[in-house]
Amino acid sequence: MPCASIRVIVSAKEGRRTFAAAQIAVMRHGAPLDYFSHVYGPVARSMQALGWTYTAICVGVCLVIIGLLMTAMMRRRGGGDRIVTESGPALTWVMIGSGVSTLILFGMAIYAFIALRAVAAPAKAPVTIAVTGYDWWWKADYGGVVVANELHIPTGVPVKIDLRSADVIHAFWVPQLAGKTQMIPGVTTHQWLQADRPGVYRGQCTQFCGEQHAHMAFEVVAQSPADYRAWLAAQAANAAAPSSALAQTGQHYFRSHCGGCHSVRGTEATGQHAPDLTHLMSRRELAAGLTPNTPDNLINWVEHAQDLKPGTRMPSFDLTPEQRTALKAYLTGLS
Amino acid sequence: MSEDLVLDKPLPVGNTGPRHTGLWGLWTLVLTEGSLFGYLIVSYLYLGVASGQTWPPHGPPDLLKPGISTTILLASSGVMMLVEHNLKRARIRSALGFLALTILMGAVFVAMQMHEWAHKGYGPWTHLYGSLYFTITGFHMAHVLAGLIVLATLFVWILMGRIRPDGPKPVTIGGLYWHFVDAVWIVVFSTLYLAPHLHG
Amino acid sequence: MTEQRIPHIGCVAPNSEDEKRLRDIWEAEPGLKGKLGSVDHKVIGLRYIVTAFVFLILGGVEALIMRLQLARPDAGLVSPDAYNQLFSMHGVTMIFLYALPVLSGFSNYLWPLMLGTRDMAFPRLNALSYWLFLFAGLFLYAGFAFGHGANAGWFNYVPVSGPIFDPGPNIDIYALGMVLLGISTTVGAANFVVTLFRLRAPGMSLNRVPIIVWGTLTASVANLIVIPSVSLTFFLLWLDRNLGTHFFDTGAGGQALLWQHLFWVFGHPWVYVVVLPAMGIVSDALPTFCRRPLVGYAAVAMSTVATMIIGFEVWIHHMFATGLPPLVLAFFGAASLIIAIPSAITVFCWIATIWAGRPQFKVPFLFFASFVLLFVIGGVSGVMTAAVSLDWQLNETYFVVAHLHYVLLGINVFPVMGGVYYWFPKWTGHKTNEVLGRWAFGVLFTGFNLAFFPMHILGVLGMPRRIYTYAPGMGWSLLNLLVTLGAFLFALGVLIFLIDLLISARRGEPAGDNPWDAASLEWSMSSPPPAYNFRVIPIIASGHPLWEDRLNQSEQRSKLHEGFTLLEGRETLGTSPLDSEPNAILRMPGDHLAPFALGLAATVFFAALALHGWLWAGLALAACAATLIWWFWPPKAEKAPSDREAAHV
Repeated sequence: MPCASIRVIVSAKEGRRTFAAAQIAVMRHGAPLDYFSHVYGPVARSMQALGWTYTAICVGVCLVIIGLLMTAMMRRRGGGDRIVTESGPALTWVMIGSGVSTLILFGMAIYAFIALRAVAAPAKAPVTIAVTGYDWWWKADYGGVVVANELHIPTGVPVKIDLRSADVIHAFWVPQLAGKTQMIPGVTTHQWLQADRPGVYRGQCTQFCGEQHAHMAFEVVAQSPADYRAWLAAQAANAAAPSSALAQTGQHYFRSHCGGCHSVRGTEATGQHAPDLTHLMSRRELAAGLTPNTPDNLINWVEHAQDLKPGTRMPSFDLTPEQRTALKAYLTGLS
Repeated sequence: MSEDLVLDKPLPVGNTGPRHTGLWGLWTLVLTEGSLFGYLIVSYLYLGVASGQTWPPHGPPDLLKPGISTTILLASSGVMMLVEHNLKRARIRSALGFLALTILMGAVFVAMQMHEWAHKGYGPWTHLYGSLYFTITGFHMAHVLAGLIVLATLFVWILMGRIRPDGPKPVTIGGLYWHFVDAVWIVVFSTLYLAPHLHG
Repeated sequence: MTEQRIPHIGCVAPNSEDEKRLRDIWEAEPGLKGKLGSVDHKVIGLRYIVTAFVFLILGGVEALIMRLQLARPDAGLVSPDAYNQLFSMHGVTMIFLYALPVLSGFSNYLWPLMLGTRDMAFPRLNALSYWLFLFAGLFLYAGFAFGHGANAGWFNYVPVSGPIFDPGPNIDIYALGMVLLGISTTVGAANFVVTLFRLRAPGMSLNRVPIIVWGTLTASVANLIVIPSVSLTFFLLWLDRNLGTHFFDTGAGGQALLWQHLFWVFGHPWVYVVVLPAMGIVSDALPTFCRRPLVGYAAVAMSTVATMIIGFEVWIHHMFATGLPPLVLAFFGAASLIIAIPSAITVFCWIATIWAGRPQFKVPFLFFASFVLLFVIGGVSGVMTAAVSLDWQLNETYFVVAHLHYVLLGINVFPVMGGVYYWFPKWTGHKTNEVLGRWAFGVLFTGFNLAFFPMHILGVLGMPRRIYTYAPGMGWSLLNLLVTLGAFLFALGVLIFLIDLLISARRGEPAGDNPWDAASLEWSMSSPPPAYNFRVIPIIASGHPLWEDRLNQSEQRSKLHEGFTLLEGRETLGTSPLDSEPNAILRMPGDHLAPFALGLAATVFFAALALHGWLWAGLALAACAATLIWWFWPPKAEKAPSDREAAHV
C-alpha cells in the first residue's frame, strides 16, 4: 500500500483571502481515499482498528484453512483404493472447529457492537453543516452561507453533517475522517466527522447516481478553529465587484448565460440549480473534484464541460475569443 | 422403510386424495401468492407511516357497499363448497347450479368493486394513497377475474362430462384457489377498509 | 371408483421387449413438436445449462470490456452511459440469467436420476419454466441490443432508475423482464418442491437424498417466498414510470427506501439461492474423489436449511449506510455474523471428508478443493462487511466487488465447472480430457485470484464501485492493471474449458455407466441415460446405493434391477412425503406444445406492455388464458375415468 505520507505546506495563494491567515498542512500520499493506512479522525480511527483486527482474524482463518486443506490432501495414507468406511474422530473435529469458529464469531460480534456504539453518535457537535447532493456536485450550507464541493471544518471538534438529496440517492464519504452515509431524497440522514489536524481530505459519492457518478468528488478542508472562523467570515461576504471593464463585460455575459443556474451573491445571478460561485476562486478544485481550479482549467471547463464530464448538467459554451477573455476576467475575480 | 417392500394392496392410478400432485402445486401457488399480498400490505403500512400523510387522505372509507360486496364474496366460498359436495354425489345439475351461483356472486363482487373504483373521486395517479389503494385492490381484482375464468372453465368441463363425480379433483383445486382469493380479500378489506376506522 | 392396480414388481432386461416398450412410451416425438414440446427433464436440464453458459459468456464479454476501460486511468474506450449499461447488464446477466438457471439445469437433470423416478412432478411446468427463462433473457437483452440496456445497476435503486432521472425505455425493459423471469423461477421452484415430496423412489427417505437436493429444495422454498417481493417492486416501479403512480415518488410521499427493503428482502436470500445448490454439488461430488461418504451428512443438510432461515433476517446488511437506527443495524449485523456458523460447519465437514478419505486428484476434485478455499475467503470478507461501522467504509467500494465475486464465482462458478466435469460423462457418454481439464483449472484458478484478490486492496484504497474511470492520482492504477490481466487470464481459462468440452463431446473416451465409481443413483444407468431413466423404479436402502456392498453399513441392500416396472403407460411411482412409501401410480404427461405457446404469449404480453401496445397486451393475455385452458383440458374419460387431469402440469 502506498502509505508514505508527504507533508506539504501549501502557502495561501495571492488573493485567496481565506487562506491568507493560515498555512494549511495538506496530507498527500498515494491514495487519497485510503482508509486503512491513513486516518485522521476518531471515527475513521475506530473503523481502522476494527478493520485491521478483523483482517488479522480473517487472514488467520484463511491460513488455518489452507493448512488444514493441504494437510488433508497431502497426508500419507495406506490401504490402496478401497472405499473408506470409518470416519474416526472426523466428526468430533468438525464439532471442535465449528465451536471455535462460533466463539471467534461471537467475539467479533461483540467488538463490532462496541465499535458501532463508539461512532454511532457524537457527544456534542458544535458545528452543523447541511450538505445536499446534486447530480453531480455537492452543496454545503453553513446556516445561510452556501458553498459548493469544498467543505471547511474546524479541527478537534465533532462536526455534524445533515445529509439531503436534491435528486437521486448519493452517499457522502470522507474515508479518512469517517464512514459513508446515503443521502436519500425526501429524508434527512446524519453523520458526524472530526479531523485531528489541519489538512485536505478527499470525499467521494459512493452510491451510483447516474452518468457522472465517477466524477462526484469533493474536499474537506480542516482548519484550526481560528482559520475556520476566518474562512467562514470571508465566505459570508458578497462577491467582489468586477475590477475592470473587461470583467464587467464578463459579468454581463455571466448574468445572461450562467445566472439561471449559478448564483453569485450580491449580483443578479441567483440560480439555484448549480454551484454557488460567489467565492469561486477560493476553491481548490473544479467540477466536483474533476481538475485543479486554475484560470485556464476554469475557462476550458466552461467551453468543454460536456467533453470533460459527459452528461453533466453544465452545457459546453461556444465562446468568442472576446467573450472568453471577458468571462475569464470576471470569474477569476470571484475570489 | 426397508428394502423388503411388500405391496399387497392396489395403488390408485393417477392422482387422488390429499396428496394429489395438483393440490401440492396449488399450495405452492398459495404460498407464493400469499407472500405477494403480504408484501403489498407491508408496503401499504410502511408508506403510510413513512410518508407522514393523513392516511387515508379523505378519511376512513365508507363501509356499507364494500361490506355488502365483501359478504357476497365470502358467501360465494360457501356456495363453492356445495359444488364439490354435489359433484361427488353425482348430482351434476345441483353442482352446475351452485357453480353458476358462485360465478354470479363473483361477478357481482367485481361489478360492485368497479362501481366503487369509479366513484372514489381519485385515481392511482392522484396521490400515494390512491396508488396503493388501486394497486392492492387491482391485484386482488385480477385474481378474482382469473378465478372467474377458472370457474367458468370448470363449468364447461362438467357440462361436457370431462369432469365426472369419480374425478372431482379439478373442482377441488379450482375451489381451493377461489377460497384463497376470498381469504386474501379478508386481509385486504381489514387493512384498507376496517383498520382506518379503528383509530379514526 | 378410481382405477386401482397392484403395480408389478420385477425386472426389465436391457434390449428386451419391455425395455423397447419403455422407450416407445418415453422417447420424444420426432420433429418440431418433439423439440418445442419436449418435457424430458434431461433435455430441459441441458438446455438450461447451455443457455446459462451462453449468458455467462455474454456477461463475461461485458466484464472484459469494462476491465479494458478500467485498465488505466482516464481511459476513453467507452462512454459513461455505455459503461453504466455494461456493468448493469453484467450484473443482471450473471446473477439472474446465469447463476440460478445453471443450477436449475443441474437440478433438473439430476433430481429424477438421483431420486429414482422417471420425470419431474410437473414436466410441462418444467418446460414452461425453461421457455420463460429463455424468453426473459432475450427480452432483457433486446433493449441492450438497441442501446437501451438496464443502466442503473442490477439492484436498480430508485429514484436514479425512476421516470425523471432515467426516462428512456432501459428500465421499463429491465423491470418487465424481471417480472417475466420471476414467473419462470417461481414455477421452477414449485416443481422442485412438489417433486421432492411426491416422487422419491421407495426407501429414498429424506435422510438419504443427496445434498444438492437439500440445497435446491431450500432454495426453491425461499424463492416461493421472496420472488414476489422483487417482482412486486419492479412492477411498482413500472407503474410509477408508466402510469404516474407515486410509490417511489419522493416528492409525493413515496419512499426511496421502500425499494431497498423490497429488493434486499429478495436479494439476500437470493445470494443463498445461487450458492446452496452449488454447495450441494460439492457435498455430493467431492466424496466420490475422497473415496468415502461425506463426513457429517446430517450436519451439512441442516446447515443448508439453517443458512436459509437466517438468510431471511439479514437483508438490512445491504442498507447499513441508509441512516437506520444503530440498534436495528446491530441486530442485523449480529445475524449476518451468525449466518457464518452453518457455513463454518459445512467447511469443516468438507475438509474432514478429504482428511478422512483418500483423495484422487482428478479434475473435478481440483475445482472442489479450491472451492473450499475460495468459499472461506469469500466468507470471511463477508464477515468483515457484517461489522456495521466497518461496513460504513467497505460498503460500495471494490472490497464488496471482491467479496461478491469470491462468493459468486468461488461458490457458484467453481462448483459448477467442477460439476460439469463430474457429470459430463453422464450427460454425453464421453469422458473429458484430463490434461486440458488440468490446464483449464490452473488458468482459471490463477486468473480468478489475480483478477479478484487485488480488488480487496482497491477497496481499502477507497475505489468506489460503478465508476467508469478514475484519475491517475488515486493510487489505483497498478492494481487495476493487474485486475484486468487476471480477468483476461480467467477468460482464457473459460475458453480452454469450453474447448475441452466441445472436443470431448465428440471424441472423448467412452465413459461407461459409472466412470468415477460413484455412490449415488444417477450412476446406475447408462450414459447418457435413456429417456425413461430407470428400467424399474428402484427400491432404496441407503444414501449410497452403489457403494453398499463395500461400505457394508447394514444388511440391507438397495434393489436397483428389480423394482416397479410400470410398463402400462407413461407412469411413475408417487410416494409419501416423508418416508417415501408408495401410494399412487402417477400418469405423467407427455410432450405438449402448450408450455412453449404459453411462454411465447406471456412474452408477447410483456413486450406489448413495454411498447404500450395495450390492445396487443389484452390479446396476449387472452392467449395466455386460452393456452392454459388448452393445457389443462381434461381427456375424454373412456376407459380410465380418473382425475389425473391436474397431473398434466
